Amino acid sequence: MGFYLAQLLTGLANASSLFLIASGLSIIFGVTRIVNFAHGSFYMVGAYMSYTLVTLWSGSILGYWGGVILAAAAVGLIGLVIEMTILRRIYRAPELFQLVATFGVVLIFQDLTQAVWGAEDLLGPRAPGLDSAVRIFGEPIPEYDLALIAIGPAVLLAIWLVFHRTRWGVLVRAATQDREMVGALGVNQAWLFSAAFVLGAFLAGLGGALQIPREAVSLQMDLSIIGEAFVVVVIGGMGSVTGAFVAAVLISVLNAFAILIFPQVSIVLPFVVMAVVLIVRPYGLFGKPGSEHGAPVEPEQPLTLMGQKGLMVMIAAVFVLALSPLAVADFTTILLVDVMVATLFAVSLHFMMGVGGMVSFGHAAYFGVGAYAAAMGVKYFGLGMVPSMALAPFCAAAAALFFGWFCVRLSGVYLAMLTLAAAQILWGVTFQWQDFTGGDDGILGVWPAQWASSDRVYFYIAFVLCIGGIWLLRRAAHSPFGYTLRGVRDSRTRAEAIGVDTRFHQWMGFTLAGTLAGLAGVVFAFSKGSVFPDTLGIALSIDGLIMVLLGGIHALAGPIYGAVAFVMIEDWVTRLDYWRFIFGAIILVVVLLAPDGIAGGVHRLVRMIRGGKA
Amino acid sequence: MSAVLEVQGLSKSFGGVQAVDDVSFTVEPGEFLALIGPNGAGKTTCFNMLNGYLRPDAGSVKLRGQELIGTPPRKIWRMGVGRTFQITETFLSMTVRENVQMALISHHRRIYDIFSRATRLYVDEANALLDLVSMRDQSARPCSELAYGDLKRLELAIALAHRPALLLMDEPTAGMAPSERIALMALTAGIVEREGVSVVFTEHDMDVVFAHAHRILVLNRGMLIAEGSGAEIRANPTVQEVYLGGGTVFQKEADHA
Repeated sequence: MGFYLAQLLTGLANASSLFLIASGLSIIFGVTRIVNFAHGSFYMVGAYMSYTLVTLWSGSILGYWGGVILAAAAVGLIGLVIEMTILRRIYRAPELFQLVATFGVVLIFQDLTQAVWGAEDLLGPRAPGLDSAVRIFGEPIPEYDLALIAIGPAVLLAIWLVFHRTRWGVLVRAATQDREMVGALGVNQAWLFSAAFVLGAFLAGLGGALQIPREAVSLQMDLSIIGEAFVVVVIGGMGSVTGAFVAAVLISVLNAFAILIFPQVSIVLPFVVMAVVLIVRPYGLFGKPGSEHGAPVEPEQPLTLMGQKGLMVMIAAVFVLALSPLAVADFTTILLVDVMVATLFAVSLHFMMGVGGMVSFGHAAYFGVGAYAAAMGVKYFGLGMVPSMALAPFCAAAAALFFGWFCVRLSGVYLAMLTLAAAQILWGVTFQWQDFTGGDDGILGVWPAQWASSDRVYFYIAFVLCIGGIWLLRRAAHSPFGYTLRGVRDSRTRAEAIGVDTRFHQWMGFTLAGTLAGLAGVVFAFSKGSVFPDTLGIALSIDGLIMVLLGGIHALAGPIYGAVAFVMIEDWVTRLDYWRFIFGAIILVVVLLAPDGIAGGVHRLVRMIRGGKA
Repeated sequence: MSAVLEVQGLSKSFGGVQAVDDVSFTVEPGEFLALIGPNGAGKTTCFNMLNGYLRPDAGSVKLRGQELIGTPPRKIWRMGVGRTFQITETFLSMTVRENVQMALISHHRRIYDIFSRATRLYVDEANALLDLVSMRDQSARPCSELAYGDLKRLELAIALAHRPALLLMDEPTAGMAPSERIALMALTAGIVEREGVSVVFTEHDMDVVFAHAHRILVLNRGMLIAEGSGAEIRANPTVQEVYLGGGTVFQKEADHA
């Protein structure tokens, strides 16, 4: 009895800190419609700041709580600066831009934090006055946990009072429902957005600051919390603070008990719960329809078939690529394989997002399934390279078919979140299922067959598969299938009214994109000789998003430019110190200054040259 | 010749509100039928049950003898019902012609073809349809650049692509300038006559209704209160009461004076 109560209390204490960060995320999304990846960074910086302040004023109760509040306030201030310098410029951009921009902020903060506080994990002091445990039914319960259990509902109450009793709060709630209307009523949206962002950042900072007696402060705090925070926000319903509270309690308590029965489940559980909730309630527990989309998007220009000149340029480029292994050094050949793999991955993601209008935060899942299927085919089933290569994309297709069926029932941010959940579930299973997937150790020794083992021969295998895949997707984009997919994206009502089964069509588009991502994974596995759970991870999914954005989402050629540029930049920048900072800065520059990406730049250049001739 | 559409005892309520109450009517081949009524009369609800977006509580809708209730909109379209929307729904990222081509591609059941070039399919058929609505000269323009009146005409071309037996037009002239309204409906009337397609439309603009409709149905509070030609409807005392208010209003004015 006492033991279960202790588990429950631990769960509730976790729920409080999760609620603090998730409520801020939810408020920011509700008002500004920005999916703020940097929220995890606010949480992390809050923890570091509070570490410094609390250590400085150590010992006194006032010093501790003063330090915590001051740290949270400082994070709120940082939030204000970020909102005013970066986000304010991209409120009208599509969700993807905002997501990638906030991810750029994440990278910058990782390096800044490391520069200020160092790479070592820091152990904070305990809270004075709350540093022992009380016994409840014979079980020791940390006093600090009890304090946290009280703080969560207290903050919920405070937010509720602010939202229902102050003019500002009413405006925030109104803006969550209908931003245009609030703007039309003469409310200065810029300040409303800033204030909401500051409040959200403050809450995240508070969540982090309160965490220091419970866990070591580390540089991994940002990304480790953000996934769970997203889950909580989505389960509760985007924009609903009460929903965030209920969801945080639900997740944390379920987790506290589930680990007793099945200890490995904790990585996957939140995502499974989210998937179940979204399937039953597509807008989350307290969400409302219409909360799933960000800013309205400008209509895209019609596609044009490639002209004769363009075709010649492309054939020449492919030809040069085909001949390049004869001219360049081996390590460049390997880099070129990386480029081709990344390009196929980016093109498949673009097919889903750009053509299909389904933003995916978890496209790496299908890449990873392809890679793992190929590796297992060779290592466990002794299939040989060619049969493994042939079979693995079908495994990716099966995974995409399975998860896609759920995903296409949703749209906008909720769809994106469900793709993320799918990827996290697959990642968790891969990570935990040691016997089957090798867990964290991955699968080693996945080398090509003897005849294909030289870098040059493998280059040509990769060339055929990747260029073939890219060609297929490009062809599909111009085909009736791809046009119908774009049609569903433009107007589901119209598509339905001309006889299209819109969900089925999206499902097929999702599956096609997943299959080709799997093919990229296959080529990747044999070129590296090993696979690790990273190949299904969030980081790779985001890399894909950055490639698509960098190249320009509104052009079919965009992901090709984007992937090439990404791999080149990454290859160069990761050799430097503080490469995350540089990389994050590059992302921000692209988002702020060239939102149509490289493809847009190339397009403008071509027009300028043509205009100059005319 | 038998009716194209037979509607029998159609009813729908939302909570306590009886939006459509036991409505029955038929549409003859080649007929241009208007469905009118004040705001909240149940026109749109009625419409959405005809085209499969709403499921009625009771009643039957038969297209050339085939039951439509329970059939999803896309299948109703395949059975030969075209439609236009109150607020235009087109594919904004495509050209004008491609919008029509999409309807043709779907009609010819080629939406799962992943190798052909969509923009090269059924070009002549699409051009012919655009000629029908005098949009041929704009066929290569992106749909997102079109003026609203042109979008309406484009929707008409899309709706005609699969040679429907019946065309449902929900407030076809909403949001248009008066001169454009008359032009659009004259165009539609001409097409109805030439192609032999039947049309049911809802409308607020009485000029449009009386100029072109062969027959008019009047809905009020979910019930069909009158049916007949333009002249009959104009002379109908119940319709006058619904549109102009009951005698009590005028009585009061008389008392004041």
